[in-house]
Amino acid sequence: MRPDLLRLYRMMLTSRRLEEEIARLWHEGLISGEMHLGIGEEGIVAGVLDHLGDGDAVAADHRSTPPMVMRGVDLAAIVAECLGAVGGLGRGLGGHMHLDSKEHLAASSGIVGSSGPLACGFALAHQQLRPDRVAVAFFGEGAMNQGMLLESLNLAGCWRLPVVFVCKDNGMAITTPSGRVTSGNLPDRVRGFGLPAVELDGADVETVWQAAAEAILRARRGGGPGYLHASCVRPEGHFLGDPLQRIVRHPVAELKDKIGPLTRAVTSTAGAGVTGRASSLAGITGMLGRAAAMRGRDPVARLRGRLRVDAGELEAVEREVEAAVRKAVAAALESLAEVPA
Amino acid sequence: MRSLSFAAAIEDALVQAMAADQRVVVFGEDVAGLRMNLYARFGEARVRPAPISESAFLGAAVGAAMAGLRPVVEIMLVDFIPVAADALVNQAAKLAAFSGGRWQAPLVVRATCGGGYGDGGQHEQALWAWLAHIPGLAVVVPASPDDAGGLLLGALAHDGPVVYLEHKLLAEDWLDYLGSGGRTNLSYDIPPDGARGPVPDTWEPVPLGASRMRREGDDLTIAGVGVAVHRALAAAERLATERGAEAAVLDLRSVQPLDREAVATAVRRSGRLLVVDEDYRDFGLSGELAATVLEAGIPALFARVCVEDTIPFDRRREERALPNVERILDAATRLLET
Repeated sequence: MRPDLLRLYRMMLTSRRLEEEIARLWHEGLISGEMHLGIGEEGIVAGVLDHLGDGDAVAADHRSTPPMVMRGVDLAAIVAECLGAVGGLGRGLGGHMHLDSKEHLAASSGIVGSSGPLACGFALAHQQLRPDRVAVAFFGEGAMNQGMLLESLNLAGCWRLPVVFVCKDNGMAITTPSGRVTSGNLPDRVRGFGLPAVELDGADVETVWQAAAEAILRARRGGGPGYLHASCVRPEGHFLGDPLQRIVRHPVAELKDKIGPLTRAVTSTAGAGVTGRASSLAGITGMLGRAAAMRGRDPVARLRGRLRVDAGELEAVEREVEAAVRKAVAAALESLAEVPA
Repeated sequence: MRSLSFAAAIEDALVQAMAADQRVVVFGEDVAGLRMNLYARFGEARVRPAPISESAFLGAAVGAAMAGLRPVVEIMLVDFIPVAADALVNQAAKLAAFSGGRWQAPLVVRATCGGGYGDGGQHEQALWAWLAHIPGLAVVVPASPDDAGGLLLGALAHDGPVVYLEHKLLAEDWLDYLGSGGRTNLSYDIPPDGARGPVPDTWEPVPLGASRMRREGDDLTIAGVGVAVHRALAAAERLATERGAEAAVLDLRSVQPLDREAVATAVRRSGRLLVVDEDYRDFGLSGELAATVLEAGIPALFARVCVEDTIPFDRRREERALPNVERILDAATRLLET
């Protein structure tokens, strides 16, 4: 079995371009609050969701734009929801962390780890109502320390639920390097629950697609849950305006108000010994080093380089994607002008 | 007297407490970055970054407090406390009762609360009444920098568990983190006197359960906590200039213990109570204050301006959902005209 790479590219590029537009709207101040993008995760999401069909379910996390786009949810309704416009998926009441589509059995949440129990519930309903349908749960490696997600792995295992758990590992739990707050190896942890776990390069959509094909087919046939652990790089960090990314990009401006208090803190009398303080400073620079390394391994660019199609065909796809994204943004902005009741 | 921001006042008071008492430790998600100065000065042994495991580390804080530490646990947003509710609701809150008063869990749970910056209904809740409902849990909500530092020390001095809530419109670090993300093209209705103000050179604890009269007035009593206090003060000024009516504004500061006596005294004088509450209306602080007045046998008119439903993400609708000056003026006018 081989994937249709051009189809995957279209899915991933649509998501990427839509999120770039969402980022622009956020920077322009048209989107309030936090904004968690899935830029850098497209290879993982596309490689998994390309196998889903009608009746399959998706439990997304707070980076739910890519899964919604790739399940075919209306692009304008996604952008409108991010803007808080009445034409949004939730009429502008939920915001980007709460993109839901009942028709697609796709839901998201801002509570880290909550996609695990949700996917188990979708899968439980499938067992009774839609035999051979599956549920996919997306979450980050930081969520793998959340009790409810670990409990879900066990629940799915002992009830043989048709769930595929997909961990998108960018190495940072919010803004803390995950290795500092994670004991042991995550795929091994999942194997401890009796689930097959596969480790993947999430920047390589083909690899993800192959592994997902197997896990999803097994779940459809009643073979129980599976787990995919895919690494990725998210250049924007945890969210737009990530404080570590801001320091990395504008060190002078961002640090000018922080250095004075930090120096005073380090040199104040009462406190830890020299070793403890030095170790803390090393920890802080280590965090910034991790943040600065969040570059490259772009799944969209990598796939584009591998496409074996003629230039005209590729250009046509890219033109169509661009037109669809622009149309969606324009429609969403038009909806924003509508005054809500 | 110095002038500090709300966020700086909390950190300043916490530094004083940590320097004075080795038992005070801090842990929570991202504290190495969010509390960089504390982390650098007191080291990882006392300022510990935690995994995204709220139920484990809040539960561990209860145990640590039982065994002699004074943990200050950061749960980022009060909306995330439900993830770890057992540690507070079933464990920490009940220890004193179950041990016949022989054992306490003195911990402080630090969490942000409140809206007004467009982050949606799962990241902008108040939830203080939901927590205060549980016997054994104290809940404080400072409204100004001096109270922010003083109540933190009051919470640390308290024998049992205290939930300490910082409103995101007052705490500039959190508004930057969750709201603007470094952008300068957004505006927020930040109460200036709440976000920055005079603080003492050396912090003294503010006792839990003592309210603070922010404005005197005999025609109407307005009560609330946090940003609602500032909205009430703004409304009271307009009532004075536009109607010649004088409203008292009572900053409760602490939801549990609740300064019922101060409420009763003020309402006995004015005969009118208006509760302004950013928490949910039903089964909450506003109803509790009405009960307080009824139980004291005070004949009084009552109205409330609260959040009535899940907070909308869209800032236009969010603004209408949160208690604002116009809504307070409408309710006050109805009370004054009755």
